[in-house]
Amino acid sequence: MKQRPAADLSGLPTYGVGPRSPTWWGTLGFMALEGTGFAIAAGAYLYLAQSWPQWPLGAPRPNHWPGTIVTLLLIVSLVPNHMLNRYAEQCAIMPVRIGLVVMSLLGIAPLVVRWFEFPALNIYWDTNAYGSMLWVLLGLHTTHLITDVGDTIVLTVLMFTRHGNSGRRFGDVGDNVFYWDFVVATWIPIYLLIYWTPRLG
Amino acid sequence: MSSSDLTSERGLARQATPKGDLAPERDGPRDTGLDDATLHRWLERTWRTKPGIIGALSSVDHKVVARRYLVTAFVFLCLGGLNAVAMRIQLSGPQRGLIGPDLYNQLFTMHGVTMMFLFAVPIVQATGIYLVPLMVGTRNIAFPRLNAFSYWIYVSGGIFAWASFALSMAPDVGWFAYVPLSGPEFGPGKRADVWAQMITYTEVSSLAVAVATIVTVFKQRAPGMSLDKIPLYVWAMLVTSFVVVFAMPAVMITSTFLILDRLVGTHIFNPAEGGDALLFQHLFWFFGHPEVYIIFLPATGMVSSIIPAFARRPVFGHLGLVLSLIAVGFLSFGLWVHHMFATGLPKLGASFFTASSMMIAIPNGLQIFCWLATMWDGRPVIRTPLLFVFGFVFTFVIGGLTGVMVASVPLDLQVHDTYFVVAHFHYVLIGGSVFPLLGAAYFWLPKLTGRMMSERLGRWHFWMAFIGFNAAFFPMHLVGLWGMPRRVYTYPAELGWGNINLFITAGAAVFFLSFVLFTFNMLHGALRGAPAGNNPWDAGTLEWATTSPPPSYNFARIPVVTHAEPLWAEREALPVATGLRVDARELVISTVAEARPDIREKSATPSIWPLFAAIAVGATFLYSIFTPWAVVWGALPIAITLIGWFWPKGDPEDEE
Amino acid sequence: MRRPVFAAFGTACVLLLQGCAGWQSALDPKGPAASELAWLIWFFTGLCALIWLLVMIALAAPLAMRSRTRSDPLVLDPGAEHRKARAVWTALGATTVILIGLTLLSFFANRTLAAIGSDAELTIRVTGHQWWWEVRYEDAQPSRILTTANEIHIPAGEPVRFIVTSTDVIHSFWVPTLAGKLDLIPGHENVLDLKADKPGVYRGQCAEFCGQQHANMSTLIVAEPRPVFDAWLNDQLRSAVAPVSAEASAGAALFLDRACVMCHKIGGTVAGGTVAPDLTHIASRQTLAAGTLTMSRGNLAAWIADPQGIKPGAHMPVVDLNGDELNAIVAYLEGLK
Repeated sequence: MKQRPAADLSGLPTYGVGPRSPTWWGTLGFMALEGTGFAIAAGAYLYLAQSWPQWPLGAPRPNHWPGTIVTLLLIVSLVPNHMLNRYAEQCAIMPVRIGLVVMSLLGIAPLVVRWFEFPALNIYWDTNAYGSMLWVLLGLHTTHLITDVGDTIVLTVLMFTRHGNSGRRFGDVGDNVFYWDFVVATWIPIYLLIYWTPRLG
Repeated sequence: MSSSDLTSERGLARQATPKGDLAPERDGPRDTGLDDATLHRWLERTWRTKPGIIGALSSVDHKVVARRYLVTAFVFLCLGGLNAVAMRIQLSGPQRGLIGPDLYNQLFTMHGVTMMFLFAVPIVQATGIYLVPLMVGTRNIAFPRLNAFSYWIYVSGGIFAWASFALSMAPDVGWFAYVPLSGPEFGPGKRADVWAQMITYTEVSSLAVAVATIVTVFKQRAPGMSLDKIPLYVWAMLVTSFVVVFAMPAVMITSTFLILDRLVGTHIFNPAEGGDALLFQHLFWFFGHPEVYIIFLPATGMVSSIIPAFARRPVFGHLGLVLSLIAVGFLSFGLWVHHMFATGLPKLGASFFTASSMMIAIPNGLQIFCWLATMWDGRPVIRTPLLFVFGFVFTFVIGGLTGVMVASVPLDLQVHDTYFVVAHFHYVLIGGSVFPLLGAAYFWLPKLTGRMMSERLGRWHFWMAFIGFNAAFFPMHLVGLWGMPRRVYTYPAELGWGNINLFITAGAAVFFLSFVLFTFNMLHGALRGAPAGNNPWDAGTLEWATTSPPPSYNFARIPVVTHAEPLWAEREALPVATGLRVDARELVISTVAEARPDIREKSATPSIWPLFAAIAVGATFLYSIFTPWAVVWGALPIAITLIGWFWPKGDPEDEE
Repeated sequence: MRRPVFAAFGTACVLLLQGCAGWQSALDPKGPAASELAWLIWFFTGLCALIWLLVMIALAAPLAMRSRTRSDPLVLDPGAEHRKARAVWTALGATTVILIGLTLLSFFANRTLAAIGSDAELTIRVTGHQWWWEVRYEDAQPSRILTTANEIHIPAGEPVRFIVTSTDVIHSFWVPTLAGKLDLIPGHENVLDLKADKPGVYRGQCAEFCGQQHANMSTLIVAEPRPVFDAWLNDQLRSAVAPVSAEASAGAALFLDRACVMCHKIGGTVAGGTVAPDLTHIASRQTLAAGTLTMSRGNLAAWIADPQGIKPGAHMPVVDLNGDELNAIVAYLEGLK
C-alpha cells in the first residue's frame, strides 16, 4: 500500500513518567488484579464471619501491638517514599540513591516486626477456619511486602551502577514508589480486619 | 483531525533536553527520508528474531509468541476433543463397559479443564496477541518479555496437566472441583492438587497477557486512533482483558485456599471447623461466570470484524456495540449465583440473580441486532468466514435463549446439572465462540501464512461442523429434560435414553471429523494455497495494511489513523508518521483517549530470561503440590531469573 | 392440505417428546411442583422458539436481496440507516419487555412452588452418602422415628417436607416427575416440599457430581394411599423378622460374625452399623445398592460377592465368603421383609 508522510515524530522525548509511561499502566494493572485478590480474600473472611454466629469460634483475641507497629512503620515510610518520587522526577541521582537506601531499610523494618505478628495472632492456621483466614490474610500481605522489598533492594543496587543514570531507571524508581504506596494501602484494611473486627464482636 | 494536529506544539516543546543528572540522549539513524529497501534492511536487522535455537527461545516478537500459543491451543483442542469422543463412545448405549468410572471421571474433568483453561482462554488471548498490535498499528505488544514468559508458563501448565493424565493422576473432580469432593478428606492422592496448580499456571499466564493487552491498547495505538476509531475487535479484547484482571484472581484465591486446605491443614472450606463448602462455590463462580464472557467477548469482536468485510460497509451501530461490550463486561460479574440456584439460597437473593441474569441478554441482544442490521444493505459476499458467522448467529441465539431459561430460578431447578445445561453451554461456547474462531481462522490465517485456505473445502468444513454440532448437541436438550444428569459414566436401559444417545454420538463423530478436514485445509492452505496479498478481503482495518505475513517490525512506518476503517478511508495512500529510530526498537507511545503521539519509547529486546523465569516458576508450582516449602526454595531461583530478566544489558533499548 | 400435515407433524413432535420421555422425565409431571415447572418449561420454550425464528428470518433476509453495487463501502444511505436504527431500537425494547415479563413469571412460579408444602404433616430427613441415601422419618415420639435407605415411601396426594443434608460430599436430591432438585450440602440443611398427585413409583437420581459412583445413586419414591402408607410405616418400625430356615439362621450368624456387622444395621440384632444402609427390611425394597440392581435373590448374591465389579469404587468391600456362606447370607437377607 502506498504511503504518504503525515506526521513527524522525531521531536518526541524517549521516556515519560507517571501515566505517560506504559510501565505505570502495567503497574496499575497488576495492582488492580492483586487488589482484587486482597478484596476476595477479605470477602471470604467476612463471608465466614457472618455465616457463624459464634465467630471468632472461641479463639482468643490477637495481640494487636506487632501489627500496630507495622502499620505505623508503613505509614511513616510514605514520607521518604514520596520524597524519593520527587527526586526521581527531577532525575537527581544522589538523592535517589539515598532515598532508595532509606526505603530498603524502611521495607526491612516492618518485615522484621511482621515475624512477630504471626505468633501474636494467638491461633494457628490449622486450629479452625478463623485461624486459617488470619494466617492467609497476613501471609498474602507478607508475600507482597517481601516481593516489593526485594524489588527495592535490587533497584537500589542498580542505581549505584552505571545503568542508573537513565530516564528509564528514574521511571522505574517512580513505579517502585507507586507500588510501595499500594503495599501500604492494602495493609490498612487487612490490619483492621485481622486485629479489630474480632474486638467488635 | 488533520494530521498536523498530531504533533501538537506541546509535544514538540518537550524536546528532550537533558535534565537533572540524566545522561544525554544518544541518538541513532532515523527513518525519515529512507527509501523502502534501506528502511526494510534497518528495521529487519533491529526487530528480527535471531536465528538458531537460542534465538527462537529468546524471541519476544508478539507474532512468534502468538503463533506458538495458537498451535499449542489447537493441540489442546484436539486432545480435549478426543476426551469428548471417548466419553461419547461410552455413552452411546446404556450400561456400556468400555470405560470405567475412574477413567470416565478423569476424562470429563480433563475435557473441561482442557477446553476452558488450555484451549478457549489461551486461543482467544493468542488471537489478541497476534492481532491487537497489528490492528492498533504498533510494532510489538507492551511488555513483550512478559508476553513470552506467559506462553512458557501456559505450555508448562498444559504439559503438567496432560502428563498427570498419562500417569492416571489427572483430576477427577470436575473442572469446578467442588469441595468437599476435592478436599483433603474425600479427594485422596494428588489429583485435586493437579487441578489446583494447573489453574495457577494458566491464570498467571492469562493475567499477564491481559495486562499486556490493556497497556497495548491504552498506550500504543497509532497516532490519531482516538477512542471512537478503535476497531471493535480491539475493544472486545480490551474489555475481555479487564474481565480477566478482575475475575481470574478469584479462581487463583480459590485454588490457593484449596491447596492450603489439602496441604497444610487449614479449614477454610471445612464446615466442621468453621469453614463452609458453599464459600468455594461463590468464589469459583465469581470467576466462572465471567470466564464464559472472557471466551465469548473476543468472538463478538471477530464477528464485528468479519461482517463489515463481507457486507461491504462499516458495522451498524459502532457505539452501541462498544457500549454493549462494556455493559456485558460489567454485568458478567453480577450473575454468578445462577450456577448455585439448587444450593438452597434464600429465595429473594436468588430472584435478584434471575433479574441480573436476564438483564445481560439486553446488551447481547443489541449486538445481534446491530450485526443483522449491518447485513441488510443487500446480499453480502458469501465466503467461508461469513458462513461461520451465520452458523454463529443460528447456534448462539439458541444458546442465549436457553440461557434465559436457566436464568429462571424455578426452571433451573429442573434442568440444572442435566444434559439440558450441557447442551446450553455448548451452544454458547461452541456456537458463540468456536464458530466465530473458525470463521476468524479462514479470515485471518491468510495474514499469518500469506496464503489462502481452500474455499471449497471451507464450505464442506462449515456444513460438516454445522450439521455435526447440531446433531450432537440439540438432542441433549431433550435427554436432559427427560431426566439424564450430567457427569454420569453410564445409565440404565429402562430409562429410554439409549437411542437418542447413540444419535448424539453419531453427531459428535461428524463434528470431530469436521475438525480433521479443517486441519487438512489449514495445512494445505499454508503450504499450497494461493498467495493472499496484503488485503485479500479488501477489509478496512490496519492489519491489512502490511504484508502477509507481516514483517518482524509489523509496519515500515507507523500509520496515522483518520477513520475507524482507515484503509477504506485512505485508498490512495496511507498517511504515516516518520522520525523514529531504525537502529533501536522504537515505537510510539500515545495518549490514552486521543492517541496523540507522546513518547518514542524502546521496546524490550529478545531475552532468554523469560524462559528461565518460567522454568523456575513452573518448577516451584509443580513442587508445591508436594510441600509448602517449595515456595521458600523456589524463591531464590525465581529471584535470580527475574533479576536476569530486568537487569540492563547495555542495549539502547535498556538505557533510554 | 397443508394444515393437516402441520397438525400431524406437531402431534408427532409432542408424542416424540413425551412418548420417549421415560420414567424420569421433567416433561411428564406427576405432582403440582413438577406440573408448574413443566408448564414453565413449555412456555419458555415456545416463546424462545418464536424469538429464534424471528432472528433467523432477519438473518436470512439479506440472502434474498440483490447484491450491492456501490463500490465505496463508506457511502451509506442515511434513510436506510435511520430505518435500521428504528428497527434495532424496537427490537431492543421488545427484548427488554419480554425479559421483564419472564423475570416476573419465574418470580410468581417460585411463589407457587413455595406454597406447596406449607401444610406438610410428614417430615422426612434425607442424608446423602457416597453413594446412597439415608432416609429418616421424623416423629415427635423417638420410638416412631424410622431410619431406612434409598427407597422413600410417601402418602399420595399429601405434601411432604424433605429436609436434606449430607455428611460427606455434596449430592443433589432430584425426582424430576415430582419436583426440581435441591442440593445436599454438608453443614447446611435445605428444605424441599413435594407432593405426588397419585399413587405410583417415581424414580430420582443424584444430580450433583459426587465421585466415582455418582451415576449409580438413584432413589425410588413410592407414593401410596394414606392407609397403605401408614401400614407400611408401622411395618417398617418393627424389628427384623427372625430367620425361619436353618440356612437363614446360619446366614444371620455369619452376618454378625463377618465384616457386614461393622457397617450395617439390622433392627433387633446386635448389628448396629450406621455408615451403610439399614438392612432391617431390605427385602421389602425394590432395588439394591441405591437403584443399581433390582431386588432378587440372584442380584443380592451377585452384589455381596462382587460389589466392586458391579459398582466400582463403592465403599462396600468384598467379604471373603465361600459358596455356602454366601447362599446362607442371601437366604437371611431375603427374609428381611
